[in-house]
Amino acid sequence: MDPIDTSLVDWSRAQFALTAMYHWLFVPLTLGLGVIMAIMETLYVRTGREFWKQTARFWMKLFGINFAMGVATGIILEFEFGTNWSNYSWFVGDIFGAPLAIEGILAFFMESTFIAVMYFGWNKVSKRAHLASTWLTIIGATISAWWILVANAWMQHPVGMEFNPDTVRNEMVDFAAVAFSPVAVVKFCHTVASSWVQGSVFVVGVSCWYLLRRQHREFAHASIKVAAWFGLVAALITAHTGHQSGRDIALYQPMKLAAAEGLYEGGTSQGLVLGGLLRPGADWASPSEESKFLFHVECPYALSLLATHKPDGYVPGIRNLLEGGYPLPDGSTALPAEEKMARGRRAIAALAEYRKAKDEAAKAAALTTLRENFDYFGYGYLNSPAELVPNVPLTFYGFRIMVMLGGYFLLLFAGLLVLGQRIEKQKLIQWAVVLTIPLAWLASQAGWVVAEVGRQPWAIQGLLPNVAAISRLEVGSVQTTFFIFLVLFTLLLVAELSIMGKAIAAGPETDTPTA
Amino acid sequence: MLLRRIVRFYLEGFRGMTLGRTLWGIILLKLFIMFAVLKAFFFPAYLQGEKEEKEATVATELTDRAAAE
Repeated sequence: MDPIDTSLVDWSRAQFALTAMYHWLFVPLTLGLGVIMAIMETLYVRTGREFWKQTARFWMKLFGINFAMGVATGIILEFEFGTNWSNYSWFVGDIFGAPLAIEGILAFFMESTFIAVMYFGWNKVSKRAHLASTWLTIIGATISAWWILVANAWMQHPVGMEFNPDTVRNEMVDFAAVAFSPVAVVKFCHTVASSWVQGSVFVVGVSCWYLLRRQHREFAHASIKVAAWFGLVAALITAHTGHQSGRDIALYQPMKLAAAEGLYEGGTSQGLVLGGLLRPGADWASPSEESKFLFHVECPYALSLLATHKPDGYVPGIRNLLEGGYPLPDGSTALPAEEKMARGRRAIAALAEYRKAKDEAAKAAALTTLRENFDYFGYGYLNSPAELVPNVPLTFYGFRIMVMLGGYFLLLFAGLLVLGQRIEKQKLIQWAVVLTIPLAWLASQAGWVVAEVGRQPWAIQGLLPNVAAISRLEVGSVQTTFFIFLVLFTLLLVAELSIMGKAIAAGPETDTPTA
Repeated sequence: MLLRRIVRFYLEGFRGMTLGRTLWGIILLKLFIMFAVLKAFFFPAYLQGEKEEKEATVATELTDRAAAE
C-alpha cells in the first residue's frame, strides 16, 4: 500500500479548519447574544417597561439573523468525518457518535421548539411563558455546545473508553468519565464564557455606533450597561477558566503548553513569556546555539505556578518532551519520544497479529501486547520525534493574541461601566468600541488555533495522528471541496453582514430614530 | 384541539414573518446545497459495505500505515 501523501494530510486539515472556523463565526454570537437578549426580556417582565421589550426584540432580531446564517453549517463537519476522516470516525466509535447524537436531538427539540415560541409568541402566550421560551432557547443552544465540546475534549484527553480490536473501535465504558472529564468541563466553561464576552462586545459596539450617529441614545446607554456588566462577569470567568485550562494542558498536553510558551528547554521555576518575538525560521525540534527568541519579556516563576501551582514546579520544554527523562507529576520518569514510538509500533503490530491469529492462545498473547502498549498506539505512525512538535509560531502568537485581547475586553467593560452616561461625549472611545467588534472574533478564533494547532500531530491525543486518521482520497478532490466551502461560506458571511447591517441601520423601535 | 392550536400558532407565525421569509429562504437554500449537492456528489461515505467489511478496511489501513522500524 502506498504511503499517505503529506499534502493530503495538509489539505484535509485545511478543509476541516476552514469549515470549523467559519462555523465558529456564528456560534459564539448565538451563545452570547442569546443570554443578553434573555436578560433584557427578563428586565421587561420584571419592570413592565415597554422599552425593555423593544430592546430585547431588537437584539432578538439580530440573534435570529445570526442563528439563521449559522444553523446547519456544523453539519458539513459531520460530512467531512464520513468522507475525509473515515478511519478516525470508525476508530472513535460511539464515543464521538453519542455526544453528537444527543446534541442533534437537543438542538432539534429544544432550540427549534422554543425558538418558534420566542419569535411567533409575542402577544400569543403569557409574558412569563414567552420569557421561559427565550431562556430555554439559549439554554438549549448552550447544552448543544456542551456535547460538541465533550466530543472535542475527548480528542484532547481520551478517557472512559476501551479499545476493541475485533471491531477496531473505541467503546465507551464510562459515560460520566467522557461527559464530565475535567477537560470537557473546563473547555465548556471557558468556551461559553468567552462567547458571552463576544456577544457583549457586539452589543456595546453596535450601541456605540448608535451613539456616534446620535441615534437611539436611551436604547444604546441601556444596552451598554447590561452588556458591559454581563461582559465584565463573563471576562472574569473566561480568565479564571483560561487559567484552569492552562493547568489541564500542562497535565495532559504538555507539548501544547511548551509550544504556546515557546519553551524549548524546560526546568524548574519557569517564567511566563509576557511578550516577545520568535526567531524566524528557528528549528523547534532541534537544539541550536542561538536563542529561539529575538527578544522576550518574562514574568518570573509564573509558568511554573500556572502549570504546577508551585513557583518552583518543573515544566518540560519541547526538548525535554522529545528526550524524556524528566520527572512526571505521579513520580515516574517520562519516556523519550523514540521509546513511545517503539511501543506504538508494537501496539499496531499486535493489532495486526490479533486479527490474523487463528488460535486463542495467539490471540490472547497479541491482545496482552496491544493492551500493554495501547497508550502509545498513535506514536507508532510517526517517523521521527520531530513530528511531535506542532507549529510553534502559530501556537505562540495565537495564545498571546487571545490572552491580550481577553485582558483588553475586561478593561473595556470596566471602563464603560465607570464612564456610564459620560461616554456620550467620548467620540474616540465610541469609535474604539465599534472597532473592537472584529477583535472579539479574532480572539475567539485565536483560542481555537491554540487548542487545535497546538495539539498537532494528533487527531486523538496519543492514539491517532492525522496521518492515520484521514481517508485515502485524491488530493484534488479535497482541494475541490475546500474551495467550494470557501466560496459557499464567504457568500453566507457576506449575506449575514449585509442583512445584519440593514437591521442595525433600521435600528430598534424604542424611540425616534434620530436625536 | 391542542394540535390544531399548535398548527395555527405556527401558520400564523410563518404568515406574519417579514425578515424571517428571507432568512428561511437562505436556510432552505443552504440545506438544499448541503444535502442535494455537497453530500450527494462530494461527500459519499468513504467506508462502504457491511460492518465486517468496514472493520477489515480500517484495520488494514491502520496496520499498514504504521511507521517502519
